[in-house]
Amino acid sequence: MKPEKEKLISIGDIVLLATVILLCVVVTVLLVTSREDGLEVEIVSDGEVVKTMELKKDAEYEVVTDRGTNLVVIEDGQVTVKEADCPDKVCVNHKPISMTGETIICLPHKLVIEIVE
Amino acid sequence: MSENKVNSVSQNKITALSGVFIALAMILSYLENLIPINVAVPGVKLGLANLVTIVSLFKLGLKPTIVISIGRIVLSGVLFGNVTVIIYSLAGAFLSILVMYIVKKIKIFTVTGVSICGAVAHNFGQIIVAALILENANIMYYMLVLAAIGALAGTAIGILSGIILKNIRF
Ligand SMILES: [Zn+2]
Repeated sequence: MKPEKEKLISIGDIVLLATVILLCVVVTVLLVTSREDGLEVEIVSDGEVVKTMELKKDAEYEVVTDRGTNLVVIEDGQVTVKEADCPDKVCVNHKPISMTGETIICLPHKLVIEIVE
Repeated sequence: MSENKVNSVSQNKITALSGVFIALAMILSYLENLIPINVAVPGVKLGLANLVTIVSLFKLGLKPTIVISIGRIVLSGVLFGNVTVIIYSLAGAFLSILVMYIVKKIKIFTVTGVSICGAVAHNFGQIIVAALILENANIMYYMLVLAAIGALAGTAIGILSGIILKNIRF
């Protein structure tokens, strides 16, 4: 092996990194600004809508399947998963959602909670 | 011409190294699981185990790298996860290795650029599987966060891999 000075990072790498980050930021800004306050939340278990609730009314709904349970809570127009017995707790740790198109997902339980108009 | 060096690693050595690499990758995966990253998407990681994948791809070649990745994912999955996790991880790993292999061949980036592409591809593979499992394409917007995190983590992992590749002789 020639002791050639192979760089750890090149201009090309930096351009690549900057492009990816910039693209993500721009698309995120476009996406977020296009979002509106949602009216309803749809709970989709295994690809099927099992419950639709209005955001303006505080409520709780427990999704129970043979995969496990998730407690969906609406409070002050925002939706969270308060409790779940999934292994990763990704759904429980998700920030509250309220804008159209926002989702909370629980992959182990095949669950999607989505804000709709 | 470090490429030619690859062929000089004997088959026996590759087999032995593969075992060591699988063990190493498993340790890194395990360590990574201890660091919680809250980005609301399952399976998002810094890609510490990708360090092993990159070193292996550059030193041992494509086939051993695939074997090492499958070995690591299946063994870690059996020990710490479940079938969903295994499928999910395999999708990310396959796309990542494929993309890194191609990008490495094109030779427009250093190992860091290869790592960035691999990390982004890894997260892309995972979110596609998540969208398929959940039967919901709307969740693809998580890819924006995943790509950004992948690019940053990929840079760090790439630089580390570069240092390792420079200093370790097999
Ligand atoms: Zn969950």
